[in-house]
Amino acid sequence: MAEIRRLPHRLEWRIGEVLETRHATPRTKSLLLDVPGWEGHKAGQHVDVRLTAEDGYQAQRSYSIASAPEEKSVELVVERLDDGEVSPYLTDELRTGDKLELRGPIGGWFAWEARDGGPLFLVAGGSGIAPLMAMIRHRAAAGSDAPCRLLYSSRSLEDTIFAGELDHLASSDGSLEVVHTLTRSQPPGWTGYARRIDDEMLAEVAPSNEQGPLTFVCGPTPLVESVATALVGLGHDAGRIKTERFGPTGG
Amino acid sequence: MDEHRLDGNATGGVLGEVFVFETTTAEGACDRCGTVAHVGQQMAYISDIGTVLRCASCDNALIRIVQNPRGYFLDLRGVRYLRFGR
Repeated sequence: MAEIRRLPHRLEWRIGEVLETRHATPRTKSLLLDVPGWEGHKAGQHVDVRLTAEDGYQAQRSYSIASAPEEKSVELVVERLDDGEVSPYLTDELRTGDKLELRGPIGGWFAWEARDGGPLFLVAGGSGIAPLMAMIRHRAAAGSDAPCRLLYSSRSLEDTIFAGELDHLASSDGSLEVVHTLTRSQPPGWTGYARRIDDEMLAEVAPSNEQGPLTFVCGPTPLVESVATALVGLGHDAGRIKTERFGPTGG
Repeated sequence: MDEHRLDGNATGGVLGEVFVFETTTAEGACDRCGTVAHVGQQMAYISDIGTVLRCASCDNALIRIVQNPRGYFLDLRGVRYLRFGR
């Protein structure tokens, strides 16, 4: 038997341990988790995180995995929402060595593997970069040469998650292009886009329809829906556009 | 626009508690309009009460799932079938 197939199994809650927390931006933290028995994931998948209060009350949220399947730890990006039930605990209270209840990896639909090829067109709004970062990292780790273009909308440069790593990856890889738009404030001398993603920007940045891009869009629901609608309007095949809406908050 | 609308992908957790197969890549046919699509492509509405998966084409409620101390209540009237890949 050359191939060992895992039997399908129901998704179960398990315990991860926090290896490290990092400030990704002033409003977001990156959590690196060790999950014993982690069977690996596909870039784009998410986990559900569950918190239980002393009185038994439980709150649960979904977070995309930002780490590549090739990495040992599981990285989640958590944006702090002031009125959130879950995110303030994750960003403010959680420390190295703490345990966290989670289940996953979940979702094979919004996922990309190097063998799926490209060209890839990725569109992110804010912390919607997380699952797309997993794809970019996986693409690099797997040595894929599929052309990849990321259009990434952030409020400001300091709110741009993974800015340094994206710069580094793009500068050393001719087939990876990163295009930023900064919607609220721009540093002096900024020559890039400085507005929300709109039809005109997509017409300029998106690969042409003839190239048959495989598109992944992740961010707040309004951004995701306007981008998907605009791309279809530009003639893109709706069946090659995959979306992941965060909803109004994400919690 | 309903900002609470999510992708069917977001139901992968709760459906994964019931089904042993990966659900977001499963294909289902809407019982109202006949459109066949992957669960991950449909629309999801998730609240403390339960989860509803709706057809992205006609908004028909495909799958409803409610969890309470007595167990899982799964209402599949909105789908003619679900096909799970091997």
